[in-house]
Amino acid sequence: MSVTTAPVRPSAESVSFTAARLPRFAPALVGVVAAAAAGLPVLLLGWGVVAWAIVAGLVFLVALPLWARVVEGSRGATDRLVTGLVWAACIVAIVPLVSLLYTVVDRGLPRISSTFLTYSMYRTSLDQEVGIYHALIGTLLITLFAALISVPIGVMAAIYLIEYGKGKRLARWITFLVDVMTGIPSIVAGLFAFALFILLFGPSTRVGIGGSVALSLLMIPIVVRSTEEMLRLVPSELREAAYALGVPKWRTIVKVVLPTALGGIVTGVTLSIARVVGETAPLLLIAGLTTRTNFNVFDGRMTTLPVLIYTQNANPGIAETAGGIRPGIEIAWGGALVLIVIVMVLNLAARIIGKIFAPKTGH
Amino acid sequence: MAKSITVDSLDIYYGDFLAVEGVTMTIKARSVTAFIGPSGCGKSTFLRSLNRMHEVIPGARVEGKVMVDGQSLYDAAVDPVAVRRQIGMVFQRPNPFPTMSIYDNVLAGNRLNAKKMKRAEADDIVERSLKGANLWNEVKDRLNKPGMGLSGGQQQRLCIARAIAVEPQVLLMDEPCSALDPISTSAIEDLIHELKTEYTIVIVTHNMQQAARVSDETGFFNLKAAGQPGHLVEFNSTQKMFANPDNESTEAYISGRFG
Ligand SMILES: Nc1ncnc2c1ncn2[C@@H]1O[C@H](COP(=O)(O)OP(=O)(O)OP(=O)(O)O)[C@@H](O)[C@H]1O
Ligand SMILES: [Mg+2]
Repeated sequence: MSVTTAPVRPSAESVSFTAARLPRFAPALVGVVAAAAAGLPVLLLGWGVVAWAIVAGLVFLVALPLWARVVEGSRGATDRLVTGLVWAACIVAIVPLVSLLYTVVDRGLPRISSTFLTYSMYRTSLDQEVGIYHALIGTLLITLFAALISVPIGVMAAIYLIEYGKGKRLARWITFLVDVMTGIPSIVAGLFAFALFILLFGPSTRVGIGGSVALSLLMIPIVVRSTEEMLRLVPSELREAAYALGVPKWRTIVKVVLPTALGGIVTGVTLSIARVVGETAPLLLIAGLTTRTNFNVFDGRMTTLPVLIYTQNANPGIAETAGGIRPGIEIAWGGALVLIVIVMVLNLAARIIGKIFAPKTGH
Repeated sequence: MAKSITVDSLDIYYGDFLAVEGVTMTIKARSVTAFIGPSGCGKSTFLRSLNRMHEVIPGARVEGKVMVDGQSLYDAAVDPVAVRRQIGMVFQRPNPFPTMSIYDNVLAGNRLNAKKMKRAEADDIVERSLKGANLWNEVKDRLNKPGMGLSGGQQQRLCIARAIAVEPQVLLMDEPCSALDPISTSAIEDLIHELKTEYTIVIVTHNMQQAARVSDETGFFNLKAAGQPGHLVEFNSTQKMFANPDNESTEAYISGRFG
């Protein structure tokens, strides 16, 4: 950069910040050309749409950087190539999701009706309408009680880990056990709850709260982990500010630390609910199966949506017309759609709640 | 009733790291004591050990004695919460509570301790404290807006208002003016002059003129060498410190001949 090299460099006055760039529509143009070019061999060889998309993508990933290399130089080419790869990865990740959503909506939506959502499977004659009301109630109640068990335990465990247990042996053990719990297969959690309730209340016990216990085993580690992360993000300066005002530690935690982290904690809890609301195996074991609506989690069997989907799919019954869709399959698709909607609503709620509780800035 | 603080051969550790070594001094009641010294020499660390804020950091501990009005601060029977209620602190970096409005931030010391008070009384405390910190005129129309929405300097004055709202006996200030403009700085200095009639004030500053302007006594901290613990080089009346200090390095530091 020294002055002596000036002859090889443009002098200060004539430095130019502009460089040759591809036109803005270049990616679109290359995209269209690549799609067309890929169409030819695919048509000739008789491959399907998927192969066509893959070939078009590869052509695009080669053509655009090559063009950019000629016009913009090697940095432009690398930029185009990496941008293309990132986009490709993104599309690959999203395609299955979109396809899944589309299939569920496509198959499930026709089955959704007010009867479907407000009738249970219980019927006294074969021509009566059936619905998933009992499973909906079962899912909501069992998950609610699972949350009532896990949130206090999880949040308090996280408070202990972050605020009190730093560096203590007990804290290290809890962290280790929480990590192990994160990896527990859900069927094992179900077996645990199953064994627990059979030991306590005798054989062939099936109650909704047993399902809640099994789900809370899966939820607690998620709640602990997410709450821990949120508490860690609360700056120690805030705690010190409270201490310096003569505020005891427990009040500092309750009135300063928790409110500051509340948005994140609530989001974490909501996401953990979304995570367990679709559990099937443990509920199949302990909550049992019924066709009636049961509002009491402490007494009697309860069906949940995932269990309903599983059983309807396993025993779909006989189609009314030969070659038609069997009724159980239809119910399963409808139930799947409702379940996905519940999870989506929970996710949206998590975002909104996170926004509402986030510490406010600005004037 | 203001309190005097007597420190006797105090060593301050972060885990095994000895940050400040062998400090002995007496901080007079109803006066302003300033600490000066190069960055990293342990001024903040020492200040925090005066109201037991130091031990909040895991592994941090002190050895030696700190006496406030004849009571040893580090006695086993002493409740650090009670100490901090009497000895307030303003931090080097502003730290308003992000979930609270400006109004609630000023009242935080009372509210967080669940102290009951009437609305009029609360309004009065808020107005008095904010006026004391020279912030009232800027925020009086938006007291219910979040405290984080203020500028850095305004946030610092908010923290000063919060600290004086609980009327502590001793006020420790760690570079309270480092983020402030000259007008706010002089307002804070006026405030310090005012508070001095009733409170004991200890202030850390990098601004020599400020130390000379506001303080009655000055302590100069320094590192013996890089990697060595900080120590108190000289502690004298401010007049003497700035006119003819006992120690050569004090004079060198004050006159700006070394950093
Ligand atoms: N939390 C901590 N953990 C470990 N060491 C620390 C911690 N805080 C400060 N120290 C160390 O203690 C010594 C004194 O730091 P201190 O913050 O008291 O300096 P200071 O005099 O206030 O400096 P400045 O003027 O830059 O604020 C430094 O060596 C610093 O690295
Ligand atoms: Mg400091």
